[in-house]
Amino acid sequence: MNDRGRSSAVVIGCSTGGLKALRSLLGALRADLAAPVIVVCHRGSTDDREHLVELLAQAAPMPVQEPDERSRVRPNVVHLAPSGYHLLIEADETFMLSVDARVNFSRPAIDVLFESAAAVYRERLLAAVLTGANDDGAIGLKAVRARGGHALVQSPEEAEADRMPRAALQVAGADAVLTLAGIADRINQRCP
Amino acid sequence: MAANARPRMPTLAAHHREPPLNRPDPDDVELELFIRGLQLRHGYDFSQYARASLKRRVQALAIATGSRTIGELTSRVVRDDVLLPTVVSAMSVPVSEMFRDPPVFRALRAEVLPILASYPHINIWQAGCARGEEVYTLAILLEEAGLYDRCQIFATDFNDAALAQAQEGIFPVTEARQYAENYLAAGGAHTLNHYCHAKYDHIKFDSALRRNVTFANHNLVADGVFCEAHLILCRNVLIYFTNPLQDRVLGLFRNTLVRGGFLCLGSKESIDYSENAREFVALNRRARIYRLGAPSA
Repeated sequence: MNDRGRSSAVVIGCSTGGLKALRSLLGALRADLAAPVIVVCHRGSTDDREHLVELLAQAAPMPVQEPDERSRVRPNVVHLAPSGYHLLIEADETFMLSVDARVNFSRPAIDVLFESAAAVYRERLLAAVLTGANDDGAIGLKAVRARGGHALVQSPEEAEADRMPRAALQVAGADAVLTLAGIADRINQRCP
Repeated sequence: MAANARPRMPTLAAHHREPPLNRPDPDDVELELFIRGLQLRHGYDFSQYARASLKRRVQALAIATGSRTIGELTSRVVRDDVLLPTVVSAMSVPVSEMFRDPPVFRALRAEVLPILASYPHINIWQAGCARGEEVYTLAILLEEAGLYDRCQIFATDFNDAALAQAQEGIFPVTEARQYAENYLAAGGAHTLNHYCHAKYDHIKFDSALRRNVTFANHNLVADGVFCEAHLILCRNVLIYFTNPLQDRVLGLFRNTLVRGGFLCLGSKESIDYSENAREFVALNRRARIYRLGAPSA
């Protein structure tokens, strides 16, 4: 596979149904995945809010962490946006946290992560929009595609909540519409 | 070789360099020019603000002011002084909430206020107070600890519009429930209603709460030490700064605090990359409460 078929960073966004979807998706990733995986999952007031890191760490074959601000984006780590903060990537591939206004009624917002990651990784970025009951991520995915990044959307038929993948498809389109298993395969292929 | 002996005419190609390989996006170039323009024309220096969130703010400002690009916004800002307050507001610390991260205020109540109580007079600096949510939070906390009458709070921001709002003590009623929940979770002695009253679509805090508050304009980027403080609160302000500016401000805090004084930062802030932070010892790491050096005997 040539460089055009490769990605050096992965961003994932989800909301309603996201915990289950992420556990399934992360669980299917190869343990030696070379890329960092950076995740925004909207968190409600439910009890998964505090325990999301542990719940994902049980499923993922690599470490799952909430990144400290200013820390480096590290390969083979799942970085999970902390509750109440937007997560952004700086040009030097370090994390930035912000408490700026909610975007799409959300903080963290998927659009904020995707847009900043698109600016840094450009065509080296792989972005996936999964299940969710709002439109967050659609504009972000459009930004990813505009920079030549690889855009995946979970099949609305499979998604627990189909509004988020449908909004992404409508606003941004995608390079592929796949099941969670298909998205995991694609990430494994593109990030050897 | 005769042909080579003639002086060569400079060609266009000789002057036109190939564009650099990873050349920056137009938006990023325009952002740098915006920063430079604000600095040259108005003296506000945002060059040490982390770019990812700054870019979002400036893009949002461009849209809000009806500018098609950041470049268009820049040319308006350098020519139109009337636009400046709008720009400054858009660039400054965003809205916070009262008793944000309640465990932090529990920790201040339990671990810091008892030590502050040993001082006959207590100076507190709320740096980057924005619209004052945390100023009133602090005043309530001190009131309930029986310390407020010995306290002087300096609440500063570089945004005059935010300072004026902070002085009013008026917040949208839509926030009231969250504030009230936070207050109780922080171990409040009453209910929040004890300190404010609701009217139409807002809540207004008792003016008595700001009897010992001085609101003042101070810019962490450019201004220096102006008081000696026993406690500095600066939560979720430095997260917007690059490492060098964060370090400068932590140096300013160090020079402002008395020996054994306290610094409280935002719950996700990291001071691991700052030289000046080395003199701060974590008192409660989770709450991001630090103490300057060894307490004086």
